Amino acid sequence: MAQKAIREYDGKALFSKQWGNYFSGFHYGFKSVLVTNGAELLAKAEEHGFEWLKQEALVAKPDMLFGKRGKNDLVLFKDKKPGDVSLAAAAKWIDEKIAHPTTLLSGQHGTLSHFIIEPFTPHSQEQEYYISATCVGEDDVLYMSAEGGMEVEEGWDEKVNEVVIPIDMSDADMEHAVKANIPADIPAENRASFTSFAIAFFQFYRDMNFAYLEINPIVMLEGNHMAILDLVARLDDTAGFLMRDTWGDIEYPTAFGMEDQSPEEKAVADADSKSGASLKLTILNPMGRVWTMVAGGGASVVYADTIADFAEANGGSIADLANYGEYSGGPTTGETKFYADTIVDLMTRHKDPKGQDKILIIGGAIANFTDVAKTFTGIIQSFEANADKMKEHNTKIYVRRGGPNYEKGLKDIKEAADRLGLYIEVYGPETHVTDIVRMALEK
Amino acid sequence: MNKLYTKDTQAIFWNNNKTAIQRMLDYDYTIKRETPSVAAIVAPTSGNKFEKFFYGPDEIMVPLFKTTAAAKKAYPNADVLLNFASFRTAYDVTMEAVALGGFKSIMVTAEGIPERLARKMNNTARNAGVTVIGPATVGAIAPGAFKIANIGGTIENIVQSKLHRSGSCGLVTRSGGLFNELSNIIAINADGIAEGVAIGGDRFVGSVFIDNMLRMEKNPDVKYMVLLGEVGGTEEYKIIDAIKAGQITKPVIAWCIGTIAKHFSSGVQFGHAGASANADAETAASKNKAMAEAGIYVPSSFNDLPATINKLYAELRANETISEIPEPDMSLVPKVRRSKEFICTISDDRGDEATYAGFPISSVATPDTGKGIGDVVSLLWFKKQYPKWATDFIETVMKTVADHGPAVSGAHNAKVTARAGKSVVEALVTGLLTIGPRFGGAIDGAAKYFKHADDNGMDPKAFLKYMKGEGVPIPGIGHRIKSLKNPDLRVTGLMKYASENFPATPLLDYARTVEALTTSKKENLILNVDGTIGILMVDMWRALGYEESEIDEFIESGTLNAFFIVGRSIGFIGHILDEKRLAMPMYRHPMDDILYDVPVAEKI
Repeated sequence: MAQKAIREYDGKALFSKQWGNYFSGFHYGFKSVLVTNGAELLAKAEEHGFEWLKQEALVAKPDMLFGKRGKNDLVLFKDKKPGDVSLAAAAKWIDEKIAHPTTLLSGQHGTLSHFIIEPFTPHSQEQEYYISATCVGEDDVLYMSAEGGMEVEEGWDEKVNEVVIPIDMSDADMEHAVKANIPADIPAENRASFTSFAIAFFQFYRDMNFAYLEINPIVMLEGNHMAILDLVARLDDTAGFLMRDTWGDIEYPTAFGMEDQSPEEKAVADADSKSGASLKLTILNPMGRVWTMVAGGGASVVYADTIADFAEANGGSIADLANYGEYSGGPTTGETKFYADTIVDLMTRHKDPKGQDKILIIGGAIANFTDVAKTFTGIIQSFEANADKMKEHNTKIYVRRGGPNYEKGLKDIKEAADRLGLYIEVYGPETHVTDIVRMALEK
Repeated sequence: MNKLYTKDTQAIFWNNNKTAIQRMLDYDYTIKRETPSVAAIVAPTSGNKFEKFFYGPDEIMVPLFKTTAAAKKAYPNADVLLNFASFRTAYDVTMEAVALGGFKSIMVTAEGIPERLARKMNNTARNAGVTVIGPATVGAIAPGAFKIANIGGTIENIVQSKLHRSGSCGLVTRSGGLFNELSNIIAINADGIAEGVAIGGDRFVGSVFIDNMLRMEKNPDVKYMVLLGEVGGTEEYKIIDAIKAGQITKPVIAWCIGTIAKHFSSGVQFGHAGASANADAETAASKNKAMAEAGIYVPSSFNDLPATINKLYAELRANETISEIPEPDMSLVPKVRRSKEFICTISDDRGDEATYAGFPISSVATPDTGKGIGDVVSLLWFKKQYPKWATDFIETVMKTVADHGPAVSGAHNAKVTARAGKSVVEALVTGLLTIGPRFGGAIDGAAKYFKHADDNGMDPKAFLKYMKGEGVPIPGIGHRIKSLKNPDLRVTGLMKYASENFPATPLLDYARTVEALTTSKKENLILNVDGTIGILMVDMWRALGYEESEIDEFIESGTLNAFFIVGRSIGFIGHILDEKRLAMPMYRHPMDDILYDVPVAEKI
């Protein structure tokens, strides 16, 4: 539940869908397609309504949330000279790009898979503008500049006008504030239309529940034709229940270079979506030796912090930390067993390269209402099913937990581990929440 | 407001979250609060009027309301709203409460309210001077005074973490799970907390660290503060500014969790929605460093936090800023409790003398008390002390309906049964069982239909049309022989009493306009005694200040019939005793009074 980035294509599609409601004095063609390979692009060109792919010069670029595509040389706009990219050339270029991994200047590394293709729009630098809106502190801020493209980022302070719009500002006051702050260097003949576009842009950003919306550049052509050359957008996905019809079935891709979720992570995410409780799992290093099964969002963070600290202080590194995640909100015994099974399975797949013991941290703060004995029953069932594998990897288990019924939970898990011949140390609220990490890693 | 809550603070709980409310009441009992911390519950979809909860070994009833407005009206002093609505409705519930006014603080538990709505909600509340705790929080606690819902966990943990009495620390955290943990750490390494707030995990929360810490600075019980922040956001810098500006002078211990985030470039969300560093200044490490430089006590890691707290506490004890806190008496919540099968809210026989709605029987029984049977009815039926004009009216009604001769069906049944040799009670119930829609029921019906017509602004003509549509004759209209020219003197008497003693008789006035129309059609279609009683009862209740919905409920539950039952029992018993005295033989109905028409049954 947070702000989620969407593809440029989806952002433009939303503009197009709402254009008449917000930007009625302006025109927008929405000539964009999203494809994953060259063949798909060629097929698209045969569809009705997409004839322009064959008729116009094209621009192609990856649509995978990252910016600075120009600087990364990932915008195809010329073959021999600007504005001569044919359909065939674009398809070929896309196929080249998806054939090999790409490393960005930022260090992000991965294989390109989504591309947006649009007509090449001849225009002059004077026709480019910059506009964006986001929330800063408690207020919305609208940013406008007479200069678009890469120039705006150099010399931001001099070139960009900011309009702070408090949440309770009326539309009349907002319009007044925008008008008063239109950049002085916008040519007189474009001032009025830029102003009305900026006002509509803010209303669109606000009503569509964007968390961030940037067009850079927006190009104002003859006859109030607008070209959205580059767009970056994040939605507030908590508003999803209000916006279901308006947004449609929008996709939230993971950041470029982020490993696609493993089947285990997907299974946990799937279980999470079906449960009233919270189950989260991120694998940080499948070869790591310290695995965690921590109850509660805040506690999972302090355990991760503490493992990093003690690993580094004891000759290890952050790579020792294998996973991050949490279970909370009163999961059922079955859900807990599934979660424990997943983690035990992952941690017993690879022998530790240095031959060190594997460590399983079953941690948690003092629960508000989760029944500790009940959740531990699920973990115990998982131990019973996986004891041999765990012993094979010299798994040492450290438990710390408090909350409803914790005495029984701790007693049960200790008994079960002893019975199964597993190494275990068990602590309650009298021991500091993260002290088991010190105990485990200082040895 | 130096303190968020006191021992007198009462809340309205939005959503009938029984476990959480029970935990609050267990806490109240443990710390010996005089009033329960939950005054009322808002449960929009519940048909119940109250929910039973344990209060120590006993049970209490907490009233349920359908709307916040109704709950607030009934409990104007409850100035805390605990908004346990879902993320879909939490915004509306808060906005309504702020508009209603009278709430000092609103706690919002829902996680994932749309950010724009959360901002609007927080802003509106702030402008109205309402402190919002949350959204996405487990709440706040003023130990020894008031605890929200599940914060602190079980009652055992609360006592273990010294959350049952005020300590010296002001605690603010983002995380609710770690709030408990911090309370425990502070109990072990110091003397517990004086006030604690988990501000909530969403990006936009109503009151932030600084709001709560500036209040704690002014709270004399708070001697030092502990802040547990998180990676992301810049709220911690406001504390640094406040210290530099001299607005916070009490010692502060702080730690931001999420130092792990520096090891991972992007993509992994550590912690809450609000926890994501967009700039270097928002990282946990930068914030911890900046806070240490500003003179805040910052441990070297979360694992060292207990030692830091212990050290500062020892210093404050040594320089006598903090003195020993005496451990207060506690009540122990029993481990095993049994819910009561029956509830009684009208009388009590547990003391020296049984009482009627709080009044010893002797205080209403003898003539020198000045109380009559009408007073007893008002106490036992309505749990109120009605004024004399009303109790006199009740008695007048009962006297008026006491008997109507031997021929009416109820009296006839009673007489026949008595002659069969049955006892007084057997004969009486036979008569009483006759009472219903056709016998005596016109009182109920008249009250119901005339009130309905009046409530809906029907003129007499429209009312007659409506009753025709219903397919029933108008209850309370018509008499066998009486007419306007030959009035029923019982009716005349009741009306005279009402006009002289009731503050107003709007429904009777309306009924008279209906009567004017019906009698213009037929002489004997007058307002009869049943109609007059039913209608005047409604006027009585209106004059006594009852809500229309409460009056409707009286009618629905058959209260009006009850007046007839009690009154007519006097008459029935008279007839039964009469039969006994006369030693009348078994009654057999004369055969020549029966039409026999019995065909032979066909074979099928």
